[in-house]
Amino acid sequence: MPKPRRLKGIAASAGYAAGRLWRPPLSGAAVYKPRPSRQEEIDALGAAIDAAIAETASLVAAANGEAAEILEFQLAMLEDDNFRSASAARIDEGVAADKAWIATLDEEIAGYAVAEDEYFRARATDLADIRERVLAALTGYTRPQIPAGAIYIADDIAPSAFLAHDWEGGGLALLHGSVTGHVTILARQRGIPVVVGIGDNEVGEGGFALLDAIRGEVILDPGEAERTQHESARQAHLRRLEAASLFSPKPAVTASGERVSVLVNIADPAETQGIDAGHVDGVGLMRTEFLFNKGLPGEDEQLAAYRKVLAWADGRPVTIRTIDAGGDKPVPGLTEDETNPFLGMRGIRLSLAKPEIFAVQVRALLRAAVHGNLKVMLPMVSVPREIDDARAIFAVEAARLEKAGIAHSVPPVGIMVEVPSAAITPERFSAADFFSIGSNDLVQYVLAASRDNWKLAGLARAGDPAVLELIGRVARHGVESGREVSLCGDAASDPAMTAHLLSAGLRTLSVAASAIGEVKAEIARWHHGVAR
Amino acid sequence: MTSETAQTEIVITHQVGLHARPSVKFTKLAKSFDCAIEVAVAPQGPWIDAKGIVKIMALKAPAGTRLQIRASGDGAARAVEALRALVERDFDEGESHAQAAQA
Repeated sequence: MPKPRRLKGIAASAGYAAGRLWRPPLSGAAVYKPRPSRQEEIDALGAAIDAAIAETASLVAAANGEAAEILEFQLAMLEDDNFRSASAARIDEGVAADKAWIATLDEEIAGYAVAEDEYFRARATDLADIRERVLAALTGYTRPQIPAGAIYIADDIAPSAFLAHDWEGGGLALLHGSVTGHVTILARQRGIPVVVGIGDNEVGEGGFALLDAIRGEVILDPGEAERTQHESARQAHLRRLEAASLFSPKPAVTASGERVSVLVNIADPAETQGIDAGHVDGVGLMRTEFLFNKGLPGEDEQLAAYRKVLAWADGRPVTIRTIDAGGDKPVPGLTEDETNPFLGMRGIRLSLAKPEIFAVQVRALLRAAVHGNLKVMLPMVSVPREIDDARAIFAVEAARLEKAGIAHSVPPVGIMVEVPSAAITPERFSAADFFSIGSNDLVQYVLAASRDNWKLAGLARAGDPAVLELIGRVARHGVESGREVSLCGDAASDPAMTAHLLSAGLRTLSVAASAIGEVKAEIARWHHGVAR
Repeated sequence: MTSETAQTEIVITHQVGLHARPSVKFTKLAKSFDCAIEVAVAPQGPWIDAKGIVKIMALKAPAGTRLQIRASGDGAARAVEALRALVERDFDEGESHAQAAQA
């Protein structure tokens, strides 16, 4: 019995599958026989393109929604004379029709593969799909059938091949693939599990495998223990989905009839694609670290990202946290090397120490504020003066924009409550328009237990009485002072914590998208005055 | 032979820029006019045919791009205005599309 092997990837569409691995045979199984003259070659390719157009058009007619739009795009690309004439030019130079077509499409695909924007990069798959469809028509090749219930494993999959298969019970493990690819978007809508980016691993065909598209891994040759664990995780996932579909679309209300706001946390605007804005009361935490992954972002780049989320939220509040670099999130050109980064230059401390970098983000936020219900949140505030200093930068940049005649507006400015000093004496931080408790950092600072050391997991708990006491204190102060208090740490997404947080007095929770339904379900079970 | 010409500039505000669906809509609308229409991502060009989706997509124009549109021939002014308005309306991909994506 071979030992189980785990391949790590990225969960692109949530779910679980267990089945035999199936790898598509390499294309080009059918061999093209060139026609005798160049004109006949051009005609043969033209006929193949026409056949692909007809095939795609009939797929369009049978599809709807996102699938139809993907196919319509492919159809429009096929109908454009550009590929036809570029291939004909190659044939005139003596290249065989199949090679000419492949060269033309591959040249275009190469352009997409190096695109900066992931969305455009993902379009390379559509072009590869078009290329293969025409080649199939040219050589008379028919695509092999994917066996029912199989786990498809390959570099990537063409959208048309994906749409042609009934994935019931199966799933996809893509060596490359993309989280924003058409296939991934379609898979998410249909609840088909997909793991992408597992890399160029040696994987034999036909073996039994487990696909875990929650953690993002493929387990080859699983033993009894892995299979059992996988099955119970699958069952739990199905229960979560059921709770989500029941509770997600409805506003959250406790068993005693109190309305609770449930907002969503996002780390990248792309995530909003998979979330129905109507299921949440807004965005309680939009992280901005993603913007700093590839160096320092410009003002317009930031503005575009913020506007994207504001447009999606459609008037609902969106709380954007200013850059929270440092700690476990180093950013080249911004953070510093230090021996104890969690107690060092991070969050607002770093922003105030590097005002020239912070000012760019402030300007983007001021400009974004005219496009929706924006709120700005400062991370790691430990003394009240930090709020005043940050507000001063907002005022200066607002005046500059005013002078330049650029539309802007000063949004409400609140703080993360994650340093014990703020949680113990929230009343001193009255310059903040609102409070959002960052339970992850609060827990690690209150219990002096690092959150990235698993040996301390028993200590670093949000349910610790000292942490709950502080949460209750901030919540009470919020009620007394008329300030909104929310909680946006992991504890908000943990259904086991929901009753504790409500009992502590919180009525606004910002949760991970995957937890919306479950947390709403817990809220519905909760009675005022009862902690379980 | 008419010498009607028109030109305009419009900033792409749609989230992911001139991507697949917007490109389909843009080129379909361009093809509904008889005049020659060209676009560019910079005022100095290079100019490309607005009716060909392969070239339009290849621009990979992200949100924030100042798209230049020019036309010459019959209905040039109407064509430029119609295309400008389409870009301004975010290619009609507002709320309704966001909802469709959830379906």
